[in-house]
Amino acid sequence: MIISVAIGGFFGSIFRFLVALHVTKRLVGTWLVNIIGSALLAYLFYQHLQSNISGFVWAFAGIGFCGAFTTFSTFGNETILLLMEHKYKQAFLYICSSLLLSIGTATAILYLLNTST
Amino acid sequence: MRIRDWKIAFSVGLGGMLGAVGRYAISIAFPADSIFPFATLIANLVGCFLLSFLMHLKIIKKRLSPAIFTALTVGLIGAFTTFSTLSLETISLWSEIPILAIGYVFISVIAGLACCFLGLKLAYRLERSSV
Repeated sequence: MIISVAIGGFFGSIFRFLVALHVTKRLVGTWLVNIIGSALLAYLFYQHLQSNISGFVWAFAGIGFCGAFTTFSTFGNETILLLMEHKYKQAFLYICSSLLLSIGTATAILYLLNTST
Repeated sequence: MRIRDWKIAFSVGLGGMLGAVGRYAISIAFPADSIFPFATLIANLVGCFLLSFLMHLKIIKKRLSPAIFTALTVGLIGAFTTFSTLSLETISLWSEIPILAIGYVFISVIAGLACCFLGLKLAYRLERSSV
C-alpha cells in the first residue's frame, strides 16, 4: 500500500512541476492543478466506493497521485505573498475561486456519477 | 525541455514520493472513525509553515543545488500538503454536518495563511540576524 502511495506521489509531483514549468503565469499553474486534481480525486473516490478499482489503485492514483499533484502549501505561500504586496482583492479572488471551483467541480462529478447509475 | 529540467523533475519526483508517504503515514496514525479530518489539516498547516520558511530563507537556497532545493520545496512539501483531499473531505463533511465543512475550509485557509506568515517572518528574522 505504502509503495503505491509513493509511486503515485512520485508521478503526481512531477506532473505538477511540469505544469508549473509550462504555465509561467503566476498563480495559474497551482490554480489549475488544484482544480483538475480535485475533480480527478472525486472521480476516483466514486470508483473506489463502487469497488470498481482496488485499494492499491486507489492508494496509487487517489492518495498518491492526486494528493501530490495538488498542493496546499504553494497555494498558501502564493496567497501570503499577494497579501504582503497589498494585493488584497487578488488574494481574495484566488482563495475563493480555488475553493469554489475545486469543491464545485468535485461535487458536480460525484453528482453526475451518482445520477447516471 | 532541457536535460537540466528533467533532472530537476526527477528530483521533484523523489521528494514527492517522501512527501506523499509522510502524508499517508499521518493519515493512518489518526483514528479512522474520527469525523473531522485532522490528519489533512495538520499536514497542510505544517507544510505551509515549512514551505514559506524555506522559500524565504536565502541562505538555504544559496547552499543547496537547484535540484535539491526544488525537490525539498516543490517535491517534498508540495506533495506532503494536498488540496484535492481537502475538497473531497469538505464534500463528505457537508453531507453529514454542514457547519463542520464550512469550519474545516475556514480553519484550513486562515490557519494555513497564518502558518505561511509565521514561516516567512521567521525566515526574515534569521536572515537579518545572520548578516
